Amino acid sequence: MSVGVLDSRNLNGGQKLAVKYFIVAMVLFVAQILFGLLAAVQFLAPGFLFETLDFSVNRMLHINAMIVWMLYGFIGAVYWFLEEESGVEIVGLKLGEIAFWVLTAAVGVVVLVYLFLQIGAGDDTTRWLINEGREYIEAPRWADIGIVAVMLVFFYNVAGTFSKGRWSGVSGVLTLDLVALVGLYLAGMFYTTNVTVDHYWWWWVVHLWVEATWEVLVGCIMAWSLMKLLGARRKIVQTWLYIEVALMFGSGILGLGHHYFWIGTPEYWFPIGGFFSALEPIPLVAMVVHSIYDAGVHKFKSTNHPALGWVIAHTFGNFFGAGVWGFMHTLPQINLYTHGTQWTASHGHLSFFGAYATINIAFFYLAVQQWRGNVWMGANLADNGWKWKWSMVLLNLGVVGMTVALLIAGYEQSFIERAIEGSTWSGYFAAQTHPWFTQAMFWRLIFGIVTAVGLVLLIWDLATIGARETRPALVIERPEEPGIKAAVVETA
Amino acid sequence: MNTTPLWASETFWKKTAIWVTAVSFLLLIVLTFDSMAKVSAGSTARVPAYSVINKKIDYRLNAKLNRYVPVVESDAPLFGKTLSDEEAEKLVTLGKKTFQAKNCINCHTILGNGAYYAPDLTKSWLDPNWVDETNRETLMLAFLQDPAGNARSYGTGRRMPDLGITEDEARGLIAFLKWTAAIDTNGFPHNFKTLYAQENQ
Ligand code: HEM
Ligand code: HEM
Ligand SMILES: [Fe+2]
Repeated sequence: MSVGVLDSRNLNGGQKLAVKYFIVAMVLFVAQILFGLLAAVQFLAPGFLFETLDFSVNRMLHINAMIVWMLYGFIGAVYWFLEEESGVEIVGLKLGEIAFWVLTAAVGVVVLVYLFLQIGAGDDTTRWLINEGREYIEAPRWADIGIVAVMLVFFYNVAGTFSKGRWSGVSGVLTLDLVALVGLYLAGMFYTTNVTVDHYWWWWVVHLWVEATWEVLVGCIMAWSLMKLLGARRKIVQTWLYIEVALMFGSGILGLGHHYFWIGTPEYWFPIGGFFSALEPIPLVAMVVHSIYDAGVHKFKSTNHPALGWVIAHTFGNFFGAGVWGFMHTLPQINLYTHGTQWTASHGHLSFFGAYATINIAFFYLAVQQWRGNVWMGANLADNGWKWKWSMVLLNLGVVGMTVALLIAGYEQSFIERAIEGSTWSGYFAAQTHPWFTQAMFWRLIFGIVTAVGLVLLIWDLATIGARETRPALVIERPEEPGIKAAVVETA
Repeated sequence: MNTTPLWASETFWKKTAIWVTAVSFLLLIVLTFDSMAKVSAGSTARVPAYSVINKKIDYRLNAKLNRYVPVVESDAPLFGKTLSDEEAEKLVTLGKKTFQAKNCINCHTILGNGAYYAPDLTKSWLDPNWVDETNRETLMLAFLQDPAGNARSYGTGRRMPDLGITEDEARGLIAFLKWTAAIDTNGFPHNFKTLYAQENQ
């Protein structure tokens, strides 16, 4: 084992595949931020790239790159711990390898088509080959089918490996959650002229992903990370996981109703959506309590400081972005005015970043640590670890800054466009030209640049952290746990 | 004593998780069947049949509900031609497919969902921007086929790009938007004054 150098011999089979997923994830993360910046500039200078790379194209790439990089990160994380958690080598790893290349080629083609063809004629061919024209799931139908096929291979790897090795609470929840996650994607794969029916099922994919299945998936990743990072006891971690599943699915599944207030669906969704979605913050509070408690019990002594830092950022980000920001506009009486304004974008940014970007970044740090031969990543890093610390500060500051700017713009829109002007086109533009709005757009761009600088530092840090480090990682004793070799250093 | 209390027991929470998930999902399925039955086009007044594009549509405050509701009135065929149910559905379908093919949702919202760079399209058929009933169809057709040339922008400098929308596609889009305006959206957007309301002022 070679400490301090990136060497694939430091990785098991699943981990070798995982780092491929992580690298593509980072590339797409960069793409997400670049297209976000272009779209943000267009709010201030609408002529910028007009009829070359229009706002719609930039925004589509911005949010699609986000969804795809996060999914890449999640898939990578699962491949990462699959062998340790199951105790056997991955079943069908070769197939998983092929699936990775197929998926990545498909993503590449879709991006090129988005960039150069962008749109098509109003017929079925466009939806099959160019663009489906539905937010977040714009991928054309051929790509949808490819994605489902790849996910089935991934699922086969996961279920097959656990079946051959051993099952645990974490792996059981994970496997069932993946069934739901893939199954939900199918709900977005059909055409209908009825726009109400269209949005009804579109929200099944979007909401039941981010507010149910993705939350549980990161719950599993967190559970494993806490055992790995802190040596938390499996029994406690798994009990928490079940509590979180009960609370998250118990509130999130019917909480779907908060998207059925205004799309033409019956009125009974007001009480159902309002009530259950208002409960959704509870599991997120539970997660904060759980992870901070665990970190405290273990005196914040962890094998990987940057990863623990990002895990803590995740619990707070999830709580504030999804829990608090979501709660603030989830009751119909408020949502009537905030619906479809920058208020929504404010929540979208803090929640996706806080809940899902953070946990992925934490995992990237776990991965480089092992990739460099389970190298030291505790206190006293080279150069005092300034790169990870600063990138963490800048990324969080940037996103929080954008969130606040968008929140101000959203309030202004709710009052002026919705409440006073009644949402006509002239009302819309009255709100868009108000100084409170244009100033907010300016500050959003400034904080967007801060975010981008943070990302550059993050990449630099991930590429260099632990290089030339000779100390092996901290050893955390896990007497009761035969499964996970938490930071046990193998001798060279 | 070393027994785990119920609230801290792994198996208890495992069972709870399974039950809660199963019951929630079952309820969602039941509600989904009910909702689907109530929102298929023409089944109830919530989502009207596509042939509603043959009628005059308005959106007004219902004093009893204290909420804005769509109002379907006298005959007012789109482009002056009364369509059969099938013809109407075909035209709206062309519009919906065009709406997706041109990626409208990544600048606009419809039913309040989408992007926030351009105005909501839910009640765009009724927007006072189209001046009045007699000008509306001509203005909409011209705008969709040459949006930059007909841009109003209201001082933002934001223009809709030329999306290569043909005349047929534009007619489809207008039919789709007219039909959408007739959907009962439970009062969203609130306080919206249609071009009829402004005419009468
Ligand atoms: C990590 C979890 C979450 C993520 C990633 C997330 C993300 C988003 C995004 C991106 C949208 C905008 C969708 C669009 O483009 O139209 C949205 C809408 C919304 N979210 Fe969340 N959300 C999360 C959790 C929550 C929670 C827990 C609540 C409530 C307690 C909530 C309440 C809402 C509401 C009410 C809307 C609709 C906004 C509108 O009417 O325009 N969200 N969410
Ligand atoms: C440089 C940083 C960023 C900039 C300048 C930026 C800019 C933008 C812009 C202009 C939009 C379109 C909003 C609209 O339709 O009016 C948008 C949407 C969105 N962005 Fe970002 N963004 C950035 C970073 C991020 C990050 C880090 C995330 C999450 C990890 C994110 C998640 C989203 C989401 C979920 C939406 C859709 C929101 C909705 O529809 O409500 N963005 N962003
Ligand atoms: Fe939701």
